[in-house]
Amino acid sequence: MTAVWKHELRTYFNSLTAYVFGAFLLLAVGLGALRYNLQAAVSNFEFALSYFSVVLAVLVPILTMRVIAEERKQKTDQLLYSLPITTAQVVVGKYLALLAVYLVPLALVCLYPLIFSRYGDVYLPASYGSILAFFVMGAALIALGVFLSSLTDNQGFAAGIGVAVILFNYYSVSLSEYVSATAFGSLAAICVLIIVLGALIRCLTRHENLAWGVCTVLMLGAAAAYYFQPAAFEGLLPELMSGLSLFERFYVFVNGVFDWTGIVYYITVIVFFLFLSVQSMEKRRYN
Amino acid sequence: MISVEHLTKCYDTFPAVDDLSFEIGEGHVYGFLGPNGAGKSTTMNIMAGCLSATSGRVLIDGLDIFEQPGPAKRRIGYLPEQPPLYLNETPAEYLRFVGEAKGLRGAALERQIDSVSEQTKISDVRNRRISALSKGYRQRVGIAQALLGNPGVIILDEPTVGLDPIQIVEIRDLIRDLGRTHTVIFSSHILSEVRTICDQILMINKGKLVAFDEPENLEKQLLAPNELILTTEMDGEELGGLLAGIEFISAAEIAPAGGGRITARVRTAHSDIYEVSRAVFCAFAAKGVPLLELALKKASLEDVFLELADGSAGAGEEIPPDGLGEPGGEVDEHDGGMEA
Repeated sequence: MTAVWKHELRTYFNSLTAYVFGAFLLLAVGLGALRYNLQAAVSNFEFALSYFSVVLAVLVPILTMRVIAEERKQKTDQLLYSLPITTAQVVVGKYLALLAVYLVPLALVCLYPLIFSRYGDVYLPASYGSILAFFVMGAALIALGVFLSSLTDNQGFAAGIGVAVILFNYYSVSLSEYVSATAFGSLAAICVLIIVLGALIRCLTRHENLAWGVCTVLMLGAAAAYYFQPAAFEGLLPELMSGLSLFERFYVFVNGVFDWTGIVYYITVIVFFLFLSVQSMEKRRYN
Repeated sequence: MISVEHLTKCYDTFPAVDDLSFEIGEGHVYGFLGPNGAGKSTTMNIMAGCLSATSGRVLIDGLDIFEQPGPAKRRIGYLPEQPPLYLNETPAEYLRFVGEAKGLRGAALERQIDSVSEQTKISDVRNRRISALSKGYRQRVGIAQALLGNPGVIILDEPTVGLDPIQIVEIRDLIRDLGRTHTVIFSSHILSEVRTICDQILMINKGKLVAFDEPENLEKQLLAPNELILTTEMDGEELGGLLAGIEFISAAEIAPAGGGRITARVRTAHSDIYEVSRAVFCAFAAKGVPLLELALKKASLEDVFLELADGSAGAGEEIPPDGLGEPGGEVDEHDGGMEA
């Protein structure tokens, strides 16, 4: 695992990727700091972080797009499969290298509140709590990016889908106000989600029957729940959309609350997508 | 050392490898021979642990490659058909990564990198980017990677494809060298190559093993040499009479060769072809007729291969009377590829 980690780090720092990512992230945070802390003279550094957090929707896919897709394209994944290391070690090694690349600009960002505190009254726990939350949220997005990169051998495709998915996640709270809040609307949306899940299972395992089976069972479950307790479906879709939003949980930290459930949620997302990435890479062995 | 037991691999329903079983012992160079699409790469991928099998198993020193992949893979060095190289790196960086992934550290790693670079003769390009290296050098870097960690078995998938003739000779020499210290399994669809380097040949077609033997034995067993080609200066009837007088000859096909010369293709049922050529020579000498050409048609591996692959008699067909070989000379140099 350390071999993969070191190798990936060298690749990032030998190419432009790490520098471009770091520069743009610092630029975004810097603009936020300029806007809030300098121009508006607000002493809360966390607002500067949240101001441009949407920039992650572009930066993370650019960082993660090549991580597995490029191996596939250059056929170097053959080497990884033939080495005496497990696929999980490969994925985790790559993921930790991405986190290291992400940590470099954040380490610089950590200096900002200290600098500001010399010129005013900064509540440091909220600032650093938010930086930590920003890091963990970014880590969750990177895990998503790794998974998307493992699905294809086309970097551009991985990046494009990544931007779309993260933007949808970013706006899902605002969108949730416009979607149907009726019980039937929620049921329909859940059915669509189940079909997407089925398609994903079909794509990852190549078991047509398993995909159909899971779909059927989940749909029957949803239908039964709808039949017996339609009230539970009332307003479920908007709730679901805002509940799944990664950014919404970050704003809780920005508002000065250190929300452990948020951290747990992010870690769950990380584990989930890394697990799927391993499965997606393992699938290549079974095709 | 390696045993493959009832290995089957299906892509959807198409069986790329079909109930394949064989055992490979220690030492020597093994050639894996078959037309394109015969299942060579698939089998090698499975043996190296890159691909799963539909059924069957592969044991490396008694370790199952699917059950205990870690220790089993440590015993194998694998070079896929397309060398898996990171083009932006130098061979030194690349080898360090592979070495570390194989569990080598510190001084042991440096020593190994030095020795495999020496062995594959890439020491002078170690600090150049791989993207700037020629195909031959890239192939060597790929082989160096396989050698790291000193595995007992080296598997090379078509290591000479796409190289120029000089590079091919160099890689062949390298493989022969490796065969002294490792078990080398390499695949090819070029028969002359397999014949010159290998101690043992595994022939595979449509996912099934069709032969496993030494190259000479394969030729000897399957198709004994039974044909002579001779050119002389006399008229057809006279030649027919002369050949009919030689006891071993069972059939002769006579055709004019231009310039007053005549060619005969002679078949025999006798087991020792040299006995026959001696008799022919003596008959001509006794008559005082010059024998301009006398060539033996020995079965080539190509014939054996066609025979096995198609189940049809490919032997003895279409032999161009090309080699002006003296008695004993073989018409067996089929250089170049045989794409099936």
